[in-house]
Amino acid sequence: MGHGERTAFENPVIEWIDSRLPIFTMMQKEYGVFPTPKNFNYFWNFGAIAMFMLVTMIVTGIVLAMHYTANTHLAFDSVERIMRDVNGGWLLRYIHMNGASFFFIAVYIHIFRGMYYGSYKRPRELLWILGVAIFLLMMATAFIGYVLPWGQMSLWGATVITNLFSAIPLVGDSIVTLLWGGFSVDNPTLTRFFALHYLLPFVIFAVVFIHVWALHITGSNNPLGIDTKGPQDTVPFNPYYTIKDSFGLVVFLMLYALFIFFMPNALGHPDNYTPANPLVTPAHIVPEWYFLPFYAILRAITFSIDIPFTDITIITAKLGGVIAMFGSILLWFVLPWLDSHPIRSAKFRPVFRYFFLLLLADFIFLGYVGSQPADATMFGLPLSVFGLGATAYYFAFFIVILPWLSKHEKGRELPASIHEAVLAKNKKKAVEISE
Amino acid sequence: MKKTLLSLLAVVTCAYSAPALASGGTEAPPHVHWEFSGPFGTYDRAALQRGLKIYREVCSSCHAVKHLAFRNLTDLGYNEEQVKAIAAEYTVTDGPDEDGEMFERPARPSDRFPSPYPNENAAKAANGVAPPDLSLIVKARHHGANHVFGILTGYEEAPEDHPLADGQHWNKYMPGHVIAMAKPLSNGQVTYEDGTIETVEQYAQDVAQFLAWASEPDLEARKRFGISALIFLAVFAGVMYRLKKAVWKDVH
Ligand code: HEC
Ligand code: HEM
Repeated sequence: MGHGERTAFENPVIEWIDSRLPIFTMMQKEYGVFPTPKNFNYFWNFGAIAMFMLVTMIVTGIVLAMHYTANTHLAFDSVERIMRDVNGGWLLRYIHMNGASFFFIAVYIHIFRGMYYGSYKRPRELLWILGVAIFLLMMATAFIGYVLPWGQMSLWGATVITNLFSAIPLVGDSIVTLLWGGFSVDNPTLTRFFALHYLLPFVIFAVVFIHVWALHITGSNNPLGIDTKGPQDTVPFNPYYTIKDSFGLVVFLMLYALFIFFMPNALGHPDNYTPANPLVTPAHIVPEWYFLPFYAILRAITFSIDIPFTDITIITAKLGGVIAMFGSILLWFVLPWLDSHPIRSAKFRPVFRYFFLLLLADFIFLGYVGSQPADATMFGLPLSVFGLGATAYYFAFFIVILPWLSKHEKGRELPASIHEAVLAKNKKKAVEISE
Repeated sequence: MKKTLLSLLAVVTCAYSAPALASGGTEAPPHVHWEFSGPFGTYDRAALQRGLKIYREVCSSCHAVKHLAFRNLTDLGYNEEQVKAIAAEYTVTDGPDEDGEMFERPARPSDRFPSPYPNENAAKAANGVAPPDLSLIVKARHHGANHVFGILTGYEEAPEDHPLADGQHWNKYMPGHVIAMAKPLSNGQVTYEDGTIETVEQYAQDVAQFLAWASEPDLEARKRFGISALIFLAVFAGVMYRLKKAVWKDVH
């Protein structure tokens, strides 16, 4: 973005603008000729897809906000008005509601892609950290957004989650009062949540901008995890990846459309179609699906940590759960230092790959545990036992396995360059076909 | 890679949709074949009109449908004159007039269905438990319309070891089995003019379909739109795939 060399544009209007503010030069450099590894697989589509979802959420959200009323007596009915009386309102709301889920699907794939191929490693640590910050902001935004329609799950989900902060020693209760704007989740909570729900997506947008900026300094990682060595390893972003990203996006949109038009409420909870009622607690309070693995970690900690032979409790079970839940995400911030193995891609680290795939299964299993009532059982044992085991593996992966592997895993030999690896792969394919 | 992704998706969907089905309540309600299910399903207009009749003659004495306006009834196949006539059978409170007085007048198509009780407490006082508004009931319950059908047909004698208090009734499909609503329907209670059989099952199906429509009046438009959207996206994806192949053919 400095004042580098600039080649003149032919179109006089573009040239007039560009010579004063080189925005076209920048677009040309960052999205036109930007050299990009030529060996991406389809997992590299999800950044662009996430960007598309963010814009979709902002656009539909702004129109929803024109019809929505942030008042506990009116919020539920105003959402029903959107569904019934606003032209295309049902479409708008279903796009936004399912959009949150599909935004998370895209971002989860994007994050686990990064973990699998070691995209968090040097020199992309800051890029990764910005990504984790985006994820946290998304979680806050989605949690707050779910409160707005003011159904039973909005109210009770908000009550359960905000109450967690009360476990923090000394300042906990004040934080909760501040979040609520009073002594329970009520009208002041709803109005401040609406204000924040409008604000946070724009903060996300700003962080995404910096995230992409950082990406364009280091360049993209790739499935081999080795650095690009020259022009034979790369293709210009346009048209190669503009077209590939567009194709991937359209396929993703088909899946998204399937939910919007044919099962718009499948990912939600029926209780949220009952207006919030502070006097009736739902039988089973569950957060949205994208929070379930973390919710399971929160509920896995059911024991307190005490000083032996005294009745002094250092960490209550509740605080322990809160620490574990937030800790499970905060760990991602230091991932580049927990895993200092020189090889990036799991392709060349069979042991890491094994433990990582296990982590993925573990994470999905935690999601299942989070979705079940607290007294559920599995194979005759309380499910919470399995939840605790899965939580233990989650932390062991990051705190024990990764540092240990960094020192002891040998890894496979890396190809000399992307170009050579691609050539070898094509040759193998050609031989297979001719045989 | 694509395969991994797809199977991952399948696993996740199964893992997360199972609990939604399991936690619905005591026993899963019977599975009715609904005309409006499936990607091409539409509401059966005749059933909706019969369902409206059941609602008006039976349920409306206790349950509101406050999100419905009379004008919405054109969806059921009524013309504007018929809708006006139906609305006119109700009175609503309007005002204040020039003298500051509230007054009653016949309802117009733009009015919403009036509620049977002035407020929640009155509804509770009359029934023990306030009868819920029914305009979203199908979306507010696991199993949707099947649940409503199940409730209406699931009344049984309470087991010996489970004495019921006054105003309590035993229902197979109610979570916890105890329900404050007395069995609202019995055979032959409502007269059908179109010759449809007058049984509790038939009534329950019709009113459940009517309530499904009340919950999701735009379902047909949504599916129609969805089919076009998917066809468009599929064609677009095909074109993009060919383009992508063409652009990439010299690389490698
Ligand atoms: C005499 C008043 C009365 C009439 C008439 C009546 N209901 Fe109810 N209904 C109630 C009450 C009271 C409840 C609350 C029951 C409870 O929560 O225990 C209820 C609950 C329900 C529920 C919710 C059950 C659940 O899952 O929580 C449905 C569905 C329902 N009624 C449908 C109908 C339909 C359809 C009709 C007309 C055929 C009807 N009711 C007629 C009083 C009535
Ligand atoms: C990061 C992007 C966003 C996410 C993840 C998100 C998420 C959500 C979620 C989960 C809901 C609840 C949906 C429901 O059950 O009805 C919601 C509702 C809502 N959101 Fe957003 N949102 C985002 C951006 C925005 C923006 C930018 C605006 C407005 C400027 C907005 C306005 C609203 C409104 C008015 C509602 C209430 C209406 C409704 O419930 O449908 N959202 N949001």
